[in-house]
Amino acid sequence: MATRQKTKLVPIPSKSLVPERDVDKRPILECINLGISFGGLKAVEGFDLTIGRTEIAGLIGPNGAGKTTVFNLLTKVYQPTMGTVLLDGMDTHDMTTAQVNRNGIARTFQNIRLFQNLTVEENVKVAMDAHMKYNMWSGIFRMPGYWKEEKIAHERALELLSIFHMEDLANAQAGSLPYGAQRRLEIVRALATNPSLLLLDEPAAGMNPSETAELMENIRKIRDTFQIAILLIEHDMNLVMNICEGIAVLNFGRIIAKGTPDDIQANPAVIEAYLGKKKEA
Amino acid sequence: MKLKLNKTTRKNFATYGVVILAYVLLQVMKGSLSSSLKGMLVPICAYVVMAISLNLTVGILGELSLGHAGFMSVGAFTGVTAAIALQNVIPAAPLRLAVGLAVGAAFAGIAGFLIGIPVLRLNGDYLAIVTLAFGEIIKSIFNNLYVGIDKNGMQFSLLSDKTNLAEGGKLIIEGPMGIGGIQKISTFTAGFILVMITLIIVFNLVNSRAGRAIMAIRDNHIAAESIGLHVTHYKMMAFVTSAALAGAAGTLFAMNYSTIMANKFDFNTSILVLVFVVLGGQGNMLGSIVAAAALTVLPEMLRTFADYRMLVYAIVLILVMLTTNNATLRSWFSRFSLKNREKEAA
Ligand SMILES: Nc1ncnc2c1ncn2[C@@H]1O[C@H](COP(=O)(O)OP(=O)(O)OP(=O)(O)O)[C@@H](O)[C@H]1O
Ligand SMILES: [Mg+2]
Repeated sequence: MATRQKTKLVPIPSKSLVPERDVDKRPILECINLGISFGGLKAVEGFDLTIGRTEIAGLIGPNGAGKTTVFNLLTKVYQPTMGTVLLDGMDTHDMTTAQVNRNGIARTFQNIRLFQNLTVEENVKVAMDAHMKYNMWSGIFRMPGYWKEEKIAHERALELLSIFHMEDLANAQAGSLPYGAQRRLEIVRALATNPSLLLLDEPAAGMNPSETAELMENIRKIRDTFQIAILLIEHDMNLVMNICEGIAVLNFGRIIAKGTPDDIQANPAVIEAYLGKKKEA
Repeated sequence: MKLKLNKTTRKNFATYGVVILAYVLLQVMKGSLSSSLKGMLVPICAYVVMAISLNLTVGILGELSLGHAGFMSVGAFTGVTAAIALQNVIPAAPLRLAVGLAVGAAFAGIAGFLIGIPVLRLNGDYLAIVTLAFGEIIKSIFNNLYVGIDKNGMQFSLLSDKTNLAEGGKLIIEGPMGIGGIQKISTFTAGFILVMITLIIVFNLVNSRAGRAIMAIRDNHIAAESIGLHVTHYKMMAFVTSAALAGAAGTLFAMNYSTIMANKFDFNTSILVLVFVVLGGQGNMLGSIVAAAALTVLPEMLRTFADYRMLVYAIVLILVMLTTNNATLRSWFSRFSLKNREKEAA
């Protein structure tokens, strides 16, 4: 298989797959038996996944399968009731959402969560807060530290916005942007926190085919430029099969298949649970 | 070359300009002002500072506070006490006032911090409830507090006067009687300076990483955490700053009268300041200033209505709210601002 040769996948201890170039390095993320139940409902159960340092991975599955819940577990919006998450080898059990971010995970949201009343540029700059040093008094008295760091933040914000050609929108109010631009701004904001793992929850939702094609290019570009790992949830199979090196399929909170796009497309369980259903519809 | 200033910066400078202009005009006209209006200049400044500081909590941080007068009260009593205690140490009145303002701000800031610890980690309307209770608690504390000074230093007692001051000592805070015999050292100029300092602090805070973070938390709490912001830290920063500024306003206000009592800073005062903020627009500092000044002067202007004064005041308030919320009028006003924007763009 052509894909298998390009990104040869080999088993590592937690029986997951990472691209060959990442094999000898510590994985950026390891989920071991991760799970959560809401009351009686086991929304996610026995979730094992390993992501290589520069891998683009996909998490797919039918509606309500538990994909967004996995993101919420990884970012500590929910505290897992079972299992372990190792972020670059660190156990995230005692971390808060903010600490997880400061240790390297940034995300976007399925239902967009921008800072609506801030400008586009401010949305990006506020995400650099953890990397800024000047204190409240330097801000109030406009000390040199303020000017210096604000200038750097401004330049970096424009640079990041330029990935999506959004520099011209810098002064627009975030809430007034069209839907697609809001999704892109969420990605830029996440990138501004300087993550080593980027979680994208349905980044192409609501985008037209040409926007989606451009997004696909940009996701690759982001991985190549920043040398980071990306895990994305997406219903657009064309996008997933095109850019993901490894894919995990979730159904009723459990992983039913893992592998390369070719493996997944050929997997009968997946076809039945997911792709098959899609054809029927 | 066109001066590159963004919308916020322009608006901030406009606000400074309006305040300075108002000060200069009032100084020039001072001779022709009625004595009752002249007496209101300092309270106006105090209420303006109150409104701006509450707008920081309500408009920028997005939390409802119903006890802002409580911080004003803390500032008033501690600031005035400090000024009286230092009467012999610092003979220069302006300096003594400045020290009083700083002490009032510091104590109110500490009070804000203490309330913030349990409340700001919670989401929802807890802050509104707790600040409401705080305002009432502060009122009863100062209604029952006795503070005196003698050669051994400060003496405190609660509920009844057990301060047992030594020879030559004097009681400063006398429970429900409050503080009497205050030297009225607040001046309009001092009030103006305090308003300007408040504006600089609030504008520069809002326009820095802290302000961005505070507004981000207001706009979307979960997203703010997801980008690594320390939510409680920033909420606390806004809340304590707001409380400290209210404390300074309290000191300024109190030093304008010969006596000051705890009942002056009650729930009604908190609501009044909230009305300034809501009327002026959340997050809109110039609006707060105009609303605070206008509504403080209004009852005075309505003196001709004698007994119906408060009735007319309430009606005017309702009318203003109705008109500023009227969709037709709003779109009419926004036509103007759009035109302005087009002009600027051209
Ligand atoms: N906070 C919660 N409390 C109770 N149940 C929840 C909660 N969050 C998620 N669930 C449940 O967990 C299941 C998985 O939801 P999740 O949002 O993760 O699905 P998803 O795979 O992202 O679906 P979609 O493709 O529609 O976005 C659903 O049945 C949902 O109702
Ligand atoms: Mg989802």
